[in-house]
Amino acid sequence: MTLFEALEQVYNEAQAALELAGDSAGLEAWYAAYLGRKGTVTLQTRAVGQLPKDERPAFGQRVNEVKQALEEAYAARAEAIKQAEMLRTLESGAIDITLPGRPVPQGHLHLTTRTLRQIYDIFAMMGFEVFEAPDVELEAYNFDLLNIPDYHPARDMWDTFWVQTPPGEPRLLLRTHTSPGQIRAMRERATHQEPIRVILPGKCYRYEQITARSEHQFYQLEGLAVGRGITLTDLIGTMHQFAELFYGTGRKIRVRSSYFPFTEPSVEVDTNCILCGGGGCGVCKYTGWLEIAGAGMVHPVVLQNGGYDPAEWSGFAFGMGIERPSMMKYDVSDIRLYYGNDLRFLRQF
Amino acid sequence: MRVPLSWLNDYVDVKNIPVQELANRLTLAGMEVEAIETIGYPGAELPWDPKLITTAEVLSVGPHPDADRLVLVEVDYGGPEHEIAVTGAPSLYALKGQSDLHLKVAFAWEGSLLYDGHAEGFVQRKLKATKVRGVLSRAMVCSQKELGLADVHGDIIYLPSDTPVGVPLTEVLGDYVLDFEIKGPFGHLQCVYGIAREVAAIFGRPLKRTPLEAAIRLGLTTVEQPEAVELEIADPDLCPRYTATMIRGVSIGPSPLWMQLRLQRAGMRPINNIVDITNYVMLELGQPLHAFDYAQIRPRSAGSKPAIIVRRALPGEQMATLDGELRTFDGDMCLITDGGGPVGVGGVMGGLDSEVKDTTRDILLEAANFFFLNIRRTTQLLKISSEAGSRFGKRVDSELALIAGARAAELMRELAGGVVDSIAGDRYPGKPAPFPVAYCPAMADSILGVIIPAEEQRRILTALEFSVRDNGPEDWEVLVPSYRLDVRHPVDLVEEIGRIYGYDRFPHTLIDEPLPPLRHNVPLEEEERVRDWLVGLGLDEIISYSLIDPADEPRLASPGTALTFAGEAIPLRNSLSPERSQMRRSLLPGLLRTARNNLRFLERVALFEVGRVHYRLATPNPAAGETGVAEPRRVAMALAGPRQGRWFEATDRSALDYFDLKGIVEAFLERLALLDKAQWERGAHPSFHPGRCARVTVEGREIGYLGELHPLVCEAFDLPVQPVVALEWDLEALLDAARAAEGGKHVGMISAYPPVHEDLALIVDAGTPALDVQRAILQAGLPLVTRALLFDIYQGPQVGEGKKSLAFALTYQSPGKALDESDVEKLRMRIIKVVEKQLGAKVRRA
Repeated sequence: MTLFEALEQVYNEAQAALELAGDSAGLEAWYAAYLGRKGTVTLQTRAVGQLPKDERPAFGQRVNEVKQALEEAYAARAEAIKQAEMLRTLESGAIDITLPGRPVPQGHLHLTTRTLRQIYDIFAMMGFEVFEAPDVELEAYNFDLLNIPDYHPARDMWDTFWVQTPPGEPRLLLRTHTSPGQIRAMRERATHQEPIRVILPGKCYRYEQITARSEHQFYQLEGLAVGRGITLTDLIGTMHQFAELFYGTGRKIRVRSSYFPFTEPSVEVDTNCILCGGGGCGVCKYTGWLEIAGAGMVHPVVLQNGGYDPAEWSGFAFGMGIERPSMMKYDVSDIRLYYGNDLRFLRQF
Repeated sequence: MRVPLSWLNDYVDVKNIPVQELANRLTLAGMEVEAIETIGYPGAELPWDPKLITTAEVLSVGPHPDADRLVLVEVDYGGPEHEIAVTGAPSLYALKGQSDLHLKVAFAWEGSLLYDGHAEGFVQRKLKATKVRGVLSRAMVCSQKELGLADVHGDIIYLPSDTPVGVPLTEVLGDYVLDFEIKGPFGHLQCVYGIAREVAAIFGRPLKRTPLEAAIRLGLTTVEQPEAVELEIADPDLCPRYTATMIRGVSIGPSPLWMQLRLQRAGMRPINNIVDITNYVMLELGQPLHAFDYAQIRPRSAGSKPAIIVRRALPGEQMATLDGELRTFDGDMCLITDGGGPVGVGGVMGGLDSEVKDTTRDILLEAANFFFLNIRRTTQLLKISSEAGSRFGKRVDSELALIAGARAAELMRELAGGVVDSIAGDRYPGKPAPFPVAYCPAMADSILGVIIPAEEQRRILTALEFSVRDNGPEDWEVLVPSYRLDVRHPVDLVEEIGRIYGYDRFPHTLIDEPLPPLRHNVPLEEEERVRDWLVGLGLDEIISYSLIDPADEPRLASPGTALTFAGEAIPLRNSLSPERSQMRRSLLPGLLRTARNNLRFLERVALFEVGRVHYRLATPNPAAGETGVAEPRRVAMALAGPRQGRWFEATDRSALDYFDLKGIVEAFLERLALLDKAQWERGAHPSFHPGRCARVTVEGREIGYLGELHPLVCEAFDLPVQPVVALEWDLEALLDAARAAEGGKHVGMISAYPPVHEDLALIVDAGTPALDVQRAILQAGLPLVTRALLFDIYQGPQVGEGKKSLAFALTYQSPGKALDESDVEKLRMRIIKVVEKQLGAKVRRA
């Protein structure tokens, strides 16, 4: 057998053996056996000296060809084995992806905070800033300056918590509505006789039996706009804008005449029922309408009390409950869930 | 207030207005119709079948052949033959054997749906033809109960003699009742006639004035001192008018069916003709009346004529009112008295003794007017509620007194056989002066934003009985009618015009004016950011009641200690319950109660509240708008329960502790740019565990305390036995500090050179705060030591009694070069020297 033949035989053998190498270890053993320092192919190259001089170049060339071919085959095989092995590792590492994730404690904003922020954002777009007024209020601000003197029948509209004050001192109460803030906002701004656009959110308090529908503490949001030519149609347009942004586009508005001592004319603003759309259902008591705000043009006496001359200025005001909209939207049947703070309720928002 | 449509129709024609439309238009105009009750017509609880339930005439009553207690009635129902029906009705039985009767009745045929007259409550049943003791009965004459008109099964009903025979009963007795919710103190809307006036204005229809004109029909005139009684108003500020009309020789008995039905439909129970008439006129015109038994009214002295004196009560004076209560009056309450003493509380309630009785023959009818604010004061102080008091409290037109008195007298003449004295008494010291309002039709446009033609404005005002005089197209003088004492300003006229014109016809506009100067509400924005951060840190926001149980304050202090507050508590004068009787001075009671309530259902709570506390600092000063009450904002947090929830691999189930809360707080302070500025020192606070409480300050200003609650405080709040960590901080102080820190903030250099890390363990006294050691290291290593992280604490034999080892991972880094060993060596030596000197620390060698 010539060296040439021997070389071809080794080559064939190596190719066959490579096919059989099934994993990294087998592959490395194959490499050592054929292409390593003492590998059979390597040893073949060293046999070149035994050949006649004129055959050496051809043999050398062939040896190199064989070595290169085997190196390439090895590399290809190595890649295939690596991929197969990785696949096996990944397959064995499979997990049940339906198992729950590591728990992370989650915080939640109170539903009232969420509603208030929504309303702040809507009125901010219309140029209204938030103005805050106290919870413990002077009787004069809650009633008298709003055109509601003592014993006036209009006082019946609000059942009042009175603060214990020493006899002879001016009386304090827990504000029954956010309207006293109107006087405070006007008196603050009157010094520069500025136009006003403010909203006044806050806790209000009523001396009422606590039931699923009424709480002794609740939130209201008052709006006040004072300018030189503000009209009732501006109020209606603003309420419509609000309803569309808050309850969704396509809302309808209904304005009814009403009575509040501090507005003239006074109206109540309804929107078509968010549940039935106006057809009539239990939520709207089959009227098709839901009341969203009490409102009106600021009474001249109130403007005067706030430091604005009614001959020159006019304005509108509105007041709305904060819990009622979310009670309707989420079908909450008990207002006591809000400030009773049952987390099983609050965590749903 | 309930208004039967049939009654309304007496004054304004509403027959061809669909009832729903009428209700809608009234609602829009400010008279909210809350419900419509249907009687007889389709949609009623008991609809009367128009074919089966009709009017009929009883012609004769004959004996039943086989039953002594029953009779057979011969009925003309409008058909070709007469029908014989069996009945046991007492009033018909009494007519047994009579014929040629002509009694109009309600007649129901077999198949009609009626209420069972003998059943308890209202039970519907279908009428069937039956043989009653051998006589076939296919129809029956009905009682009020059977038709759903009354809740007691009395006699059958008799219809007016002019009722046509054979028409559906609905045409005679069917009705709709509008149930109004009238907002505002409007006496003029508390009656059928007042609503009729509004309907007339809204629909542009004529208003019939018939009920107002009884005095003319009676030929009644007035004098200040009539024959029958001496009249005196001693205090005209409380009683502007008092009229007295005499009706003699009345016979007390039931009022007619039509009046009974109207009263019932309006929500009042018929009593007798005299009382019913006073109630009827009150419902019709809004004027409360009082009928005295004339015989009971005493003279001032024997031999003189009976006297009525209206005066202030003597302080402490007493009288029993109609409801049987003995009342004690103060000197500002208005009494009706006779020569012998009090007989009534003016405008509120009559006295027990002068009430009309079955034997009463002569009536002295009071129709008076009382000052509304005083009526309200009296009813509130005496805690009396009455129809009269409620109406006078909403202001009643003083011009109505005589009109209504005459109207009632007319009805007493017609329905009780009385004779009316043609001269009535009328004391009227408080007659209001005519009240003109200067008005310009352009005002409607400038207030409402919609142009309503001047002629339409005039029409509306006139329909509402305002009289309009033009001094020029821009200059009207509008005379306010006596019934609208609430109208004082031109804008009041604008409201009348707007609401009758209809707000549904108004366009929608937006304010077309320059914006006010725009401002941020910085405190609110900060507050909302705080909420977001705390939610991000895994806490649930709560909003609790501002009213708390005052006993919760001492509960917050462990025994032997007491809390101090920045101001006096604010207790309520009237409270729903002791649990809600004082404004909170701390957020903790609400927070702890919330934690407790939730721990009944949840194993872990992590809560916060941002809100105001309230305490008194000074006397209120209304002139300056000062309440004297401070309402600063606070932030409070509470954690309780296991650190981690359960999972399918082991989790850390140990109880949340001080360091969990401190970790949250540090992240929070980092947000506020206060992490490096906050000073932590051991705190002593009545609410907290004495060894696990920190007091935090920034730049010397106290922010608040933080710690594990004292176990006895937990117990006082009924919390489960487990650690609860909590804090209550002054949010105003915290935000002030954060604002200052934010202002002084600058960006630190970021180095491109490699840092050197090494550990340094120091042995110090066991009581030395770790923060002092860390701050000393950083101070000594300035500016190249960028971090000193405490990673190990050791106490034990290796460091000796009373000592501890604190191991810090130090990072050295220079902004300008790569540090070499000798740089680090120098720094390390400096640090060691400083901590040795300042804290007596020794380096712990491995």
